[in-house]
Amino acid sequence: MNEGVEVPVLSGILTAMLLICGATITLIGASGLLRLKSFYQRVHAPTLGTTLGTTCVALASIIYFSALGSRVVVHELLIIVFVTVTTPISLMVLVRAAVAREESENKGMPSREVGNENR
Amino acid sequence: MSMMLAWSVTAAQILLAFAMVCATLRILWGPRAQDRVVGFDSLYVNAMLLLLAFGIRSGSALYFEAALIVALLGFVSTVALAKFLLRGEVIE
Repeated sequence: MNEGVEVPVLSGILTAMLLICGATITLIGASGLLRLKSFYQRVHAPTLGTTLGTTCVALASIIYFSALGSRVVVHELLIIVFVTVTTPISLMVLVRAAVAREESENKGMPSREVGNENR
Repeated sequence: MSMMLAWSVTAAQILLAFAMVCATLRILWGPRAQDRVVGFDSLYVNAMLLLLAFGIRSGSALYFEAALIVALLGFVSTVALAKFLLRGEVIE
């Protein structure tokens, strides 16, 4: 840890609040991933962490390094844009794969038991 | 680094570590293969956020590049795994 370096108080408070908010939101999303019942519900939960959590933590990093170097550092915008754009793409491909797998498994079976989607 | 900022970085690291534990448990318990892939997706995003928190703690800009590479490779591997689940092979 860099002990001697001090950032201004306002930037420190903003960094701390954004870090705690982002980490808490990510933990809520991950616990939803653990607790929800079926696959199609579980897909939605971690996107809370990938959009809002990533934005909060990267904004905290932007504010901290801007205050540390006394100039605006916007590298972390790359991470925000990239993660926000790519997460829906990968999850849509994954859900289509899951639908195709279930359809190919249920082929030839006319009646499907209700509540059996949690295999 | 002031005391408040150090404590908040530590708390954020602990919370992100718990989020990684949740994703790992979903990988281990996941009843089907797509559940494990969703758990892997959540795991790499949490690892990337943990790297950003480490970067704030140490004050070095190197962790940012590691986080960017984790995000890139994680996206590519998630899409490759989903394609494998869809067709049975990655490149057709």
